[in-house]
Amino acid sequence: MTTTTANATKLIGFKLPQLSEVFNRTLVSGAIRLIALPLAGMFTFLLLWSITAQNIDTSLGKFPGPAAVMEQFNSLYDEHQRSREKEQAFYQRQEKRNAERVAKDPSYEPKIRAYTGKETFLDQIVTSLITVMSGFLLAVAIAIPLGIAIGLSKPLNNAINPIIQVFKPVSPLAWLPLVTMVVSALYATPDPVVAKSFLVSLITVTLCCLWPMVINTAVGVAGIDRDLVNVSKVLRLPALRHVQKIVLPASVPMIFTGMRLSLGVAWMVLIAAEMLAQNPGLGKFVWDEFQNGSSDSLARIMAAVLVIGVIGFLLDRGMLTLQKLVSWDKSANQ
Amino acid sequence: MIRNKPFKTLAASLVLTMGFSSAPATAKELGYPEKEELTFGFIKLTDMAPIAIAYEKGFFEDEGLYVTIEAQANWKVLLDGVIDGRLDGAHMLAGQPIAATMGFGTKADIITPFSMDLNGNGITVSNAIWEEMKPNIPKMEDGRPVHPIKADALKPVVEKYKAEGKPFNMGMVFPVSTHNYELRYWLAAGGIHPGFYAPHKGDTSGQIDADALLSVTPPPQMPATLEAGTIYGYCVGEPWNQQAVFKDIGVPVVTDYEIWKDNPEKVFGITKEFAEKYPNTTVRVTRALIRAAMWLDENNNANRSEAVKILSQSNYVGADYDVIANSMTGTFEYEKGDKREVPDFNVFFRYNATYPYYSDAIWYLTQMRRWGQISEDKPDAWYKELAAKVYRPDIYAAAAKSLIEEKLASAEQFPDFDTEDGFRNPQTHFIDGIVYNGQKPNEYIEKFAIGLKSGQKL
Repeated sequence: MTTTTANATKLIGFKLPQLSEVFNRTLVSGAIRLIALPLAGMFTFLLLWSITAQNIDTSLGKFPGPAAVMEQFNSLYDEHQRSREKEQAFYQRQEKRNAERVAKDPSYEPKIRAYTGKETFLDQIVTSLITVMSGFLLAVAIAIPLGIAIGLSKPLNNAINPIIQVFKPVSPLAWLPLVTMVVSALYATPDPVVAKSFLVSLITVTLCCLWPMVINTAVGVAGIDRDLVNVSKVLRLPALRHVQKIVLPASVPMIFTGMRLSLGVAWMVLIAAEMLAQNPGLGKFVWDEFQNGSSDSLARIMAAVLVIGVIGFLLDRGMLTLQKLVSWDKSANQ
Repeated sequence: MIRNKPFKTLAASLVLTMGFSSAPATAKELGYPEKEELTFGFIKLTDMAPIAIAYEKGFFEDEGLYVTIEAQANWKVLLDGVIDGRLDGAHMLAGQPIAATMGFGTKADIITPFSMDLNGNGITVSNAIWEEMKPNIPKMEDGRPVHPIKADALKPVVEKYKAEGKPFNMGMVFPVSTHNYELRYWLAAGGIHPGFYAPHKGDTSGQIDADALLSVTPPPQMPATLEAGTIYGYCVGEPWNQQAVFKDIGVPVVTDYEIWKDNPEKVFGITKEFAEKYPNTTVRVTRALIRAAMWLDENNNANRSEAVKILSQSNYVGADYDVIANSMTGTFEYEKGDKREVPDFNVFFRYNATYPYYSDAIWYLTQMRRWGQISEDKPDAWYKELAAKVYRPDIYAAAAKSLIEEKLASAEQFPDFDTEDGFRNPQTHFIDGIVYNGQKPNEYIEKFAIGLKSGQKL
């Protein structure tokens, strides 16, 4: 099971260069390979998109083509700028009001309150990124120690494996109501440090992206070269040193494969969770636009879809770069 | 106005015994708000306008309030938000605070110091149903149908579906929503039975003995659900009727203005606890909302197009300008191209729209009794007592008086607070001609051909 998932990641990665081994010889063909072909692919996609879009009529007007989406990117950015201007004006008014009140009522301690305006598209992107990273890091903190423990101990593996296999395929949407209720019940402070909605999204993300990491780490750890283990035995390394010097370095590639998979899952789960629970973030943006049903809604949703895709891609690339940095095997899988 | 001394003293004693010192006397200057950062919820409907305007025009800030406004997924989520404190207040269906206080659904003490608007809803049917209804509707000389269209025209269609064994499904937004009662009123006036509730037997689906089966769909999803064919018609607030016209998927047949001229619609709901804990804040919120409502109706709706522009922002209603403008600026488009003048389709301030009349609350209670949501007979006094618990003209009066004092409003714009007893004069403009007198709820319930009568229990 794990090897297939690992292979799957390899496939998801950029495979295009290897397909065109023939062109590998000259510099010119190198340029074609790196620039021209992706560009051609992109161009064809845009062309197909705009042609298909024109032929789809929805009750909210035509399906948005590339031009309409581009226009929405601009208007979303404009909205963001306008909102920032409004925010400044808001703080200025507030300072003035506070000053007036202090003049009248000297005992008053002026307080600056955060801007009450609506999150813009850019704000929602930032919120989603923060949530996904927090959820992911929490999952890493749980999954890697757990995975190592399972990988090292056969009995533990036998005990925990069934649980993992059962929870792994559970959709985030099934967890969400449970998480929402539990968080509301346990996290009932009048002055919360972080918003409940943030916690709900975070925990849902963690629950869903835990499993690929646990499994990959466990398999990586269990499959360490016998020779390395023997070296450790000869040197009589204490357990912790063994993990630190032998197990971790040897299983880094597998651990990172698991982390990449998990981050991908986390990102997808987050959008779905935000949409369903109306928690701030890109998912909520998509849902709000769907509810608005204005003639721009579809183009705005499409813009969000592209942004979600690009961010997902960048997260994956970022993880790969990180993997190359920490791995001793510099030929780390693409 | 009809004087009702005993009731006034009842209300007054209630105020005293329950420790409602929340409404400061006018002589005392209104203090600073105790809670300055507030979050208000709303549903994407044009009648949330007073909240959006109070924010955008700085009326909240003028009161020293920093308000965040959040769209909610549906009425249940919104009500739960107010009850559990996630929201400090919200744009609510008039029936919600009443039902919550009574304990139908979630039990909680919710009050309202401010009624948000009159009218503003419509009933839309799908294009297919409209084609079947059309032959039953009398035509004017120019070939357009005569309005108001009664449910009599729908009756043969429903009967046909019934005979074929197909359920005739319709959507409304919440079991205690204005829309549920309006849709039921309209259907029943045309002889179509909308079904009874029997909460004492655990039946809250409201489909006992029904000809037309009503179910809940959140407002913004109405057009999509109609388009999908899950329901054949719905009753909802704007812009979701005009949206159906624009999308060419349905035809609004009647507005609630025609079912009951100048009917009270949404209210602004807060918990009783909030009003007691933060009395100045409560009055100040009410002041900001009154000013927003005045702005919306000022100079014969002169500000409406600006309001529509604000509402069409994606963080408020978010529908297209044209769709919202259709109803907000005094017209209503029925069939595509059949645009008629309905200047009072959305009323926010005139006709004392914002004053929380006890009689409005009692009308909702009579309909709850009529359809079995209140399963047993109650004396007239019970209706009045409950209305006085939920509707709080005392807070409204405090806010209005302080506005008058600061010359932000004039006394003529409000009811005369010294003589006002909270009951509108008997109201006559119902589609079936039945007169409603809020003083005599039980007598009123007896007048309906379809509906539970006194002594009747399912």
